[in-house]
Amino acid sequence: MDWLFFTEVTLAGLGSGALLSLTALSFVLIYKATRVINLAVGEILMLGGYLFFAFVTAFGLATWLAIPLAIAGGALFGFVVERTLIRPMLGESSISVLMLTVGLGSVLIGATELIWNTDPRALPDFMGQTPVFIGEAYVSRKIAIGFVVSALVIALFLLLFRFWRGGVALRATATDQAAAYSCGINVPAVFSLAWMVACATAAGAGLLVGAIGGISPTMGVFGLSALVVVIIGGLDSVLGALIGGILIGLVEAWAGTFLGGEYKLVTTFSILIAALMIRPYGLFGTVEIERL
Amino acid sequence: MAMTAHAILDISNIEVVYNKTIQVLRGLSLKVEAGKVVALLGSNGAGKSTTLKAVSGLLALEDGDVTSGAITFDGAPSGALKPHDLVRRGLFHVMEGRRIFEDLTVEENLVAATYALTGRKASSGRASSSFDAVYEYFPRLHERRNGRAGYLSGGEQQMLAIGRALVAEPKLILLDEPSLGLSPKLVEEIFTIIARINRERGVSMLLVEQNAAVALAVSHYGYIMETGKIVLDGPTERLMADQDVREFYLGMAGEAGAKSYRDIKHYKRRKRWLS
Repeated sequence: MDWLFFTEVTLAGLGSGALLSLTALSFVLIYKATRVINLAVGEILMLGGYLFFAFVTAFGLATWLAIPLAIAGGALFGFVVERTLIRPMLGESSISVLMLTVGLGSVLIGATELIWNTDPRALPDFMGQTPVFIGEAYVSRKIAIGFVVSALVIALFLLLFRFWRGGVALRATATDQAAAYSCGINVPAVFSLAWMVACATAAGAGLLVGAIGGISPTMGVFGLSALVVVIIGGLDSVLGALIGGILIGLVEAWAGTFLGGEYKLVTTFSILIAALMIRPYGLFGTVEIERL
Repeated sequence: MAMTAHAILDISNIEVVYNKTIQVLRGLSLKVEAGKVVALLGSNGAGKSTTLKAVSGLLALEDGDVTSGAITFDGAPSGALKPHDLVRRGLFHVMEGRRIFEDLTVEENLVAATYALTGRKASSGRASSSFDAVYEYFPRLHERRNGRAGYLSGGEQQMLAIGRALVAEPKLILLDEPSLGLSPKLVEEIFTIIARINRERGVSMLLVEQNAAVALAVSHYGYIMETGKIVLDGPTERLMADQDVREFYLGMAGEAGAKSYRDIKHYKRRKRWLS
């Protein structure tokens, strides 16, 4: 076995795994605070990529300005969606809200196709080309940057949830809204904040994913892989998103390279099924307490 | 007590309607004087919990509205305030059924309640001194502070619910059925602490209870409500001496001794407080 080659495949797997983790974080944030599974995460990720594309090509902005603007655009989108679509659905069954996010995703795809048509495009390069070498192993610069950024963001959220009491407010709100109110927690503000941060995260992930693989109206499929990650890792666990993402990224890279591309999905979903059978709440998810 | 007592809570003639159709409160008025424990008694469905929710603003979450009348908390009308703002002004509602955050640890439940201190004191993460106070009242919570709250027993969960209120350093606590589902021994333990909290910290309380005997034992004043309004009120000693209260709420048959259930039912059906 060629160890150098194996290391390179592993590094690439770590890179795409980190991006999966970052996208999974978007699911986790919204679920943690509102108990909603937002199936439009993939499309919001796409929106982030296209916003960046539009800011640079149509408005001629510099990339260092377009990056924060695209992320802020994601936050604004999250704010508007929460206010106008999600909050009126409070108290409705979770299936209704889930379907609403499915619809939202479709609308986003349609709108993107109307504005930018269906052709895939390459994002303007903002990371440089020089490859990165770890020891002798080659890693694409974009994947390395994607990995570092994702790792930093996830580490930040892990610290926030551990040491910032806002993390407690988020989970308290998800558990019992009336009780959260009674403790002085501003519940609508928690909802708003969770959606804004989650959508900004997804948009940021879209920049990284788009920089590596280009943007197209179908790139939202990436969100589905991230959904697998959160189901394996646990819908309400940041740590689960991190480890689940890395796990799926590595397995996909190894299976795709050493077994053949057709084994990628088979192995991923086999892991999904095994994880669900052993731990239905995900590897790191909170076990629900039913107490009568 | 040279200071003249002022009302921390003044409910004046309120009506509450759910879903714009079902009227639950019909012109209810009551007062809680600062530093006092006031009991609000009545049978199932009389509107006791609704009264508390009207005061704390949580009514809005259940599609309820105060359609007329006024509620004054601590000298200011409370009607326009959001629930979380009211909590931050010192009004804490301990809801029926305890409603602790089951997925959070015991201590995280207390941390959640520190949001009630927003804008009142520099809230730097853990208000550890008020946590110590909670643990002093409820040593059992201290033992289990890092365990998940959902695994606490019913009595411990009630302690945690009251503990959260303590962290919020309120002026008034609305307590809804703290005895619900607890053994007599635990009920006694919890009510002893409720009385201590009132005595030692000067917190006023409005206490809703089915268990009239324990409620009156810790209260200074009592109200009895039936189908949405107050039908009788007075200082606790007077209520406890009242023949009807003794019979209907304290379960003392009085001089009549052994009545058959059939007779009591018949009597109850005819008897109305307002007649």
